[in-house]
Amino acid sequence: MKLPQKLRLGIGSLMLHKLRSALAVLGILIGVTAVIWLVAMGEGVSYQAQQQIKDLGATSIIVRGIKPPQERTRNTDNFCLSYGLLRDDYDRILANVPSVRQAVPMREISREVYNRDHVVDAKLIGCTPEYLAMNHLRVERGRALTDYDLKRMDNVAVLAHGAAQTLFPIEDPIGRAVLIGRDFYVVVGIAAERTAAAAIGGSLEARQYDSDVYIPLTTFRRRIGDMVFTRRTGSMQAENVQLNQITAVVGDMNEVDETADVIRSLLAQYHKTLDYSVVVPKELLQQAETLRAMFNVLLLLIAGISLLVGGIGIMNIMLATVTERTREIGIRRALGATRRDIIQQFLWETVVLSGTGGLLGILFGFLCKPTVAGVQYAIAKLFPGVAASLPANIKNLEPRIAPWSIVVALVISVAVGMVFGLYPARRAANMDPIEALRHE
Amino acid sequence: MNDAVLPPERSLVAEIVRLTKVYHLGNSVSVHALREVSLTFHQGDFVAIMGASGSGKSTLLNLLGCLDRPTSGQYTLAGRDVAGLDDDELSLIRSRYLGFIFQSYNLIPQFSVVENIEMPLGYQKREMPGGHERCLRLARLVGLEERLHHRPSELSGGQQQRVAVARALVNNPQVILADEPTGNLDSATSNEIMDLLEALNRAGRTIVMVTHEPDIAARAHRIVQLRDGRVETISESGVDNTPASVPNYP
Repeated sequence: MKLPQKLRLGIGSLMLHKLRSALAVLGILIGVTAVIWLVAMGEGVSYQAQQQIKDLGATSIIVRGIKPPQERTRNTDNFCLSYGLLRDDYDRILANVPSVRQAVPMREISREVYNRDHVVDAKLIGCTPEYLAMNHLRVERGRALTDYDLKRMDNVAVLAHGAAQTLFPIEDPIGRAVLIGRDFYVVVGIAAERTAAAAIGGSLEARQYDSDVYIPLTTFRRRIGDMVFTRRTGSMQAENVQLNQITAVVGDMNEVDETADVIRSLLAQYHKTLDYSVVVPKELLQQAETLRAMFNVLLLLIAGISLLVGGIGIMNIMLATVTERTREIGIRRALGATRRDIIQQFLWETVVLSGTGGLLGILFGFLCKPTVAGVQYAIAKLFPGVAASLPANIKNLEPRIAPWSIVVALVISVAVGMVFGLYPARRAANMDPIEALRHE
Repeated sequence: MNDAVLPPERSLVAEIVRLTKVYHLGNSVSVHALREVSLTFHQGDFVAIMGASGSGKSTLLNLLGCLDRPTSGQYTLAGRDVAGLDDDELSLIRSRYLGFIFQSYNLIPQFSVVENIEMPLGYQKREMPGGHERCLRLARLVGLEERLHHRPSELSGGQQQRVAVARALVNNPQVILADEPTGNLDSATSNEIMDLLEALNRAGRTIVMVTHEPDIAARAHRIVQLRDGRVETISESGVDNTPASVPNYP
């Protein structure tokens, strides 16, 4: 029998029980759709994470100061706790590690920033002009910090988009002053909005840029200084931190790992305790890749279970069909069909069922993007409260349909048909033709 | 055993020698359905097998139809010993050398008339050029050219049996095996089907028919009476339907 004919006969037999066949198809359809959707969501999430890590720069090495654990500090007589990176570290890195093309120092602290009665709990960042460029912070209005600002240690500030909006809801902030501590700073520029970057230095939270206030590093040192006092109930504590972060940039991705090792050993010579960490975004990227692979395996497992259920549904239906068509099997055997012919006939039917389910499932799979977008829109419109409490990862999730998931889904659905069709088909083939002919 | 009385140009189509079939039921109970039956079938024969129920006529037909294997004895069909063949080889023998007509027509309900007639061609394992034209010709032969695309459920019993006859002829078989072909039909329709079978036989077809109706059996050349798995009598019905020396198969 020619292939199209077999296919046609298979479809013809399935059409005898339209509802039954449709339900079997539905089982596979759901499974295949699940594979495509889950993989697309997973890909979307990991794509986001990867973008965030990529923003940190594949050629950069981030050295961050870490506050030592509290227990150790309590035992020291000195109430002043010194930790973190030193300005000397910055100089040493630049002087002793030739592969470092550029090093960007940064100092940060939480401070309240005022404009009359408007206040923002800002992250005050003392930095160099390179810092803004390195973090892809585009200045939207006004100007960025300049080397001249640093040299003059001027009281100038660039506000992040969110901070600017809170502090100056109506007026134009450029040229106005904001109060930080006891000092006024002139707002010279506004940074454009940007999405959060991946977390570094042990914190799980993504780095948000929305409430940043950037001032020259030199101004920071002059106005705020290295020593920071915090008052606790009944006691006072001082922290002496020179720099919070140094970002070293190398010329080529291949130099990243070696340079990071050199920086580690260099810092180890001058730090008694491990009060810093060296983060390599490239490694984060590799970790994210591993995580993504694990995630995909997990999702495929879940989707695989739903395909299994679909397959069992098909098997169930084919067993019913075989019993029902015992007589037909007997007739075909009498007229010369071999066992192979019978197996093939029933396998074709299951493959048509599962293949149809697979193709329809792929069709529904492509609806993933618009559906997710629709649900996100609906939540934002109907339940603004819920939408606000959702993490950004979910709110901005954009599913990415992986081409391989479509191939896998189709192959698996046909394979499910084969595997789960084989038993009913063999059962049909192994019937005694005489018994089958007598079957009512 | 009847070789002597048959004209020499009628070639041997099938021969069974001391064919025995024993069914084992459970531990020690065994039923001898057929005991050492020997028969020969020549080309152009029209043989009726009769007997009470349990006489072994169905068993004999199943063995002749290669649906079952004998416990002992020989069965030669179209020059081949088929008694010891395996399932696949028996399927091939059925598809090439045998045509079946059943009491309950046994058409496939979801297929149209022409698809039912065509079905055995799918199992030939050989090229059969012009198969579709042959089906149309056979449909015309059995008088159903007007109903090619009807389903079996849209046909009368007699019409369904005609489809079955056409289907049995499509692979150009050596022997047509008919199991009570008129058992489900009224007498007028039975006569029509028997007329059709007689016409086929006159054209050179070898037909072996199981029936328990004496008037149907009387239209065969030879009647084999079975009783308790043995051949009781073989009677020639006197009607000499010796075909032309060159078979004129439809």
